[in-house]
Amino acid sequence: MAIEDDVLVIGGGIAGLSSAIAAAETGARTRLITHKQSTLGNASGLVDVLGYAPDDDTPRADPYDAIAQLPAEHPYSKVGADAVREGLALFDDAVGDRYRGSHSAANALVPTHAGSVKPTARYPRSTAPGLVSDDRDMLLVGIDSVTGFDAPMAADHLSAVGVPFDVRGETVRFPKSFPQDADVTRYARALDRDESVDDGTVREVLADRVEAVLEDERRVGFPAMLGDSRHEAVRTELQDRLGVDVFEVPTGPPSLPGLRLEDALYDAAEDAGVRITSGNPIVDFDADGGRVQQVLMDRLGSEVAYEAQQYVLATGGPVGGGIESDRDVVEESIFGLPVEHPEDRYEWFDDDVWGDHAYTEFGVSVDDDLRPVAGEEVQFENLRAAGNVIGGYDFATEKSGCGVSLATGYVAGSEAGELT
Amino acid sequence: MSKQAESETFDPVDLFPDATDMDLRPGVDKCDKNGNCETVCPVAEVNEDFPGPKFQGPEQWRLTRKGDIEFDESVDKCLNCMRCDTACTNDVPLGQMHNVARANYVKNQKNHASREYLRNKMLANYGTLGKLGSMMPRISNAVFGLGATRWLNEKLLGFPSERSFPDFATQTFRGWWSDRGGDATSAERAREAREARGETGVDKKIAFFHGCYANYHQTEVAKSMVRLYESLGYEIVVPEQSCCGTPMFANGMLDDARGVAEENVDTFGSLVEDGYDLVATCTSCSMALRKEYPELFDIDGVEEVASHMFDAVEYLRVNEDLEAELAGADVDFPAMTYHAPCHGEVMGVEGIVTELFADVDGVELDDTGDVCCGLAGTYGWKDEKYDDSMEIGAEMFEAFEEAPGEVALTECPMCSAQIEHGTGYEVRHPMELLETALVES
Ligand SMILES: Cc1cc2nc3c(=O)[nH]c(=O)nc-3n(C[C@H](O)[C@H](O)[C@H](O)COP(=O)(O)OP(=O)(O)OC[C@H]3O[C@@H](n4cnc5c(N)ncnc54)[C@H](O)[C@@H]3O)c2cc1C
Ligand code: SF4
Ligand code: SF4
Repeated sequence: MAIEDDVLVIGGGIAGLSSAIAAAETGARTRLITHKQSTLGNASGLVDVLGYAPDDDTPRADPYDAIAQLPAEHPYSKVGADAVREGLALFDDAVGDRYRGSHSAANALVPTHAGSVKPTARYPRSTAPGLVSDDRDMLLVGIDSVTGFDAPMAADHLSAVGVPFDVRGETVRFPKSFPQDADVTRYARALDRDESVDDGTVREVLADRVEAVLEDERRVGFPAMLGDSRHEAVRTELQDRLGVDVFEVPTGPPSLPGLRLEDALYDAAEDAGVRITSGNPIVDFDADGGRVQQVLMDRLGSEVAYEAQQYVLATGGPVGGGIESDRDVVEESIFGLPVEHPEDRYEWFDDDVWGDHAYTEFGVSVDDDLRPVAGEEVQFENLRAAGNVIGGYDFATEKSGCGVSLATGYVAGSEAGELT
Repeated sequence: MSKQAESETFDPVDLFPDATDMDLRPGVDKCDKNGNCETVCPVAEVNEDFPGPKFQGPEQWRLTRKGDIEFDESVDKCLNCMRCDTACTNDVPLGQMHNVARANYVKNQKNHASREYLRNKMLANYGTLGKLGSMMPRISNAVFGLGATRWLNEKLLGFPSERSFPDFATQTFRGWWSDRGGDATSAERAREAREARGETGVDKKIAFFHGCYANYHQTEVAKSMVRLYESLGYEIVVPEQSCCGTPMFANGMLDDARGVAEENVDTFGSLVEDGYDLVATCTSCSMALRKEYPELFDIDGVEEVASHMFDAVEYLRVNEDLEAELAGADVDFPAMTYHAPCHGEVMGVEGIVTELFADVDGVELDDTGDVCCGLAGTYGWKDEKYDDSMEIGAEMFEAFEEAPGEVALTECPMCSAQIEHGTGYEVRHPMELLETALVES
């Protein structure tokens, strides 16, 4: 006997979560099924809408006016700029005051761990004092044993791009030592617990060491490791001790801001009444007359059926698990939806690791209602796609990852919900 | 006596088949060191000397392949909670790697004459201990409860004196089952229930894996399960069975685990062939048969057993229209707080109970959220681990304090022991709640 709901969302990343919230808000009984954690644990926790227009390497001040110039197959062109606004409104409601940026339609500029400047639409409260539009002088502090953030180098890079303030980088020792290669979670927890060390507690001694290198800068940036469960308390205490603003520079993986965002979205989905089933993948489906009848979950060897009137596919791209490739084919992994790709495998990747890889754009094609198509033909009338499983855009280059997920998630989820 | 009880002595000489014959290499290669597993490990959270799942799994594997490097003793500190296994987005088989590493360490590097080894061997073979205890339940309860015994246990064997041993039921579940008329009576009751439900001609039969705890201690859980399933028309058989092996995995005694796995696969495999599905009320038992057996042992029929093994709540959710059954139910049950066992999360069954009862009148059910209890089978029963165990549990204890419920609800007997120990709450099992809702009302 299948477990029944009105709307079934497959995939628990930002696209699946926003679809499920949007569907539940229409009053539909909604279930979200996800196999694993999403890619948010690898991402920065920033919510990019559109940082760069295609073939243009100046950062966009306003993401919306560039949407009109995007090619027709881009997901934003399918859903339109209003859907992007709705998707962000849904996000703002879901995360509340954990995030900043909703006061303006323009992109904010956030410093990255490599010392570049990234145009983004929403940013965690903990990164807010670091904005590049702010002209206060900045000190970046790296931790000698934490790889992935070289503060003096990041400061040099920021100066080189002409930021409107002075920026310096210093490296300090953390008050406690950890095994080599320890992940940032160790540091974050030591700060959470504020453990005793020689000369005081972890937070006190860290503040002392930073104070010793602080000159007259009015704000200090750390790699994103300032606490896990108690991160607001950690940051506030450091601010109080140093007498200046303290912010986090997004780092990862594992990315604490990304994981905090994932937690916040799960809480919001639960509050919206979404029923969540996690731990096992959907592997197959039954269809009849162009409609998906049910999907099948593999629970360690046997299959369990889940049934709904409307389905949203939000299983992510090649990284999230939604798009599979073997030697000869690339296809969507549950429904076997076609994915356009070059015949020649060698064209999937660029020789340069940082180059223009075709595979980052791999994904299913959709119509204006986000229903997957083969050629022009809608594959299933009650199946919509959202997020990185959709092709036709390159989120890493244009900086649009979470934005596309939110806009398409909003459209797929609310349309699915309204049809039930 | 079962085969296991006969052959079991506390003789540490073992016939360990080399557990490293499995090829874990492809799993190691899948790790891109993103560290997602580190963020969910409860031991890493409280114990900074613990190097964490990424090290325990892929990194240690690379190191030990390179040469004569020994397994790091820290693998003994892992709870076997499998949270890391669930978190890994790259499908690295962390649970399998930890089990193999721990077995290698315990077999080749641990002092087999130590007090700790003897204690672990006892814990690992709890099934035998439980069997002896339950033969004279009143005397065992009295003896285990004595202050002097506790002191001796701590000094001699390394059990924490803070904890008291779980009481033995005055009658085992198996005793109750056979007094009641065993499999034949069950078939009769189920047939009557099917007739009353208009389900004649339908085959509904399950084999019950009760494991140690529901047989010796929480017999009420097993009895509720029986009454509930029968009322829904299921014929139940309760075959002779061995411990599921969970405490053996956790103590690195993989040869013992293989022994019980072979027996269980043999018994339950033939029942599967006869059309039975397999059901357990303890999520660690079901996970052992469902995930650990096929990951670790190449036994004939192991995959079949694994794919037919269900958690008792999950099985009904999948096979019955429980929502319809519960519609209109008005249940008299105290306000509850549910705690999802880690092993339930690994199998993806953790949301079922709260979801089912969300709209049932008379039921108030909150959730502790995603936290580990810290007892983790035998872990918290070791004096050197007691403090870590309680520190891990602190977050769960707090969640219970904050939630409005007065009674705890969980599937796992070990979580329930920890909840009782840390909060003083009475603990019930979802089978008891479902029985109240569907059979009694
Ligand atoms: C390294 C990295 C950095 C990034 N940085 C940024 C950034 O700075 N800013 C930004 O805006 N965006 C960023 N992104 C993009 C963003 O985080 C998301 O990846 C993107 O929005 C896609 O989200 P999604 O929900 O479509 O897919 P995913 O996040 O990939 O989620 C897919 C989900 O589906 C589940 N799933 C897959 N298959 C199945 C199945 N068969 N059954 C059930 N469940 C299944 C997976 O377990 C997963 O939970 C980054 C991404 C990566 C990988
Ligand atoms: S099984 Fe649990 S305790 Fe062991 S390494 Fe994994 S998360 Fe940590
Ligand atoms: S989560 Fe998986 S891939 Fe990531 S570090 Fe852990 S084992 Fe490696």
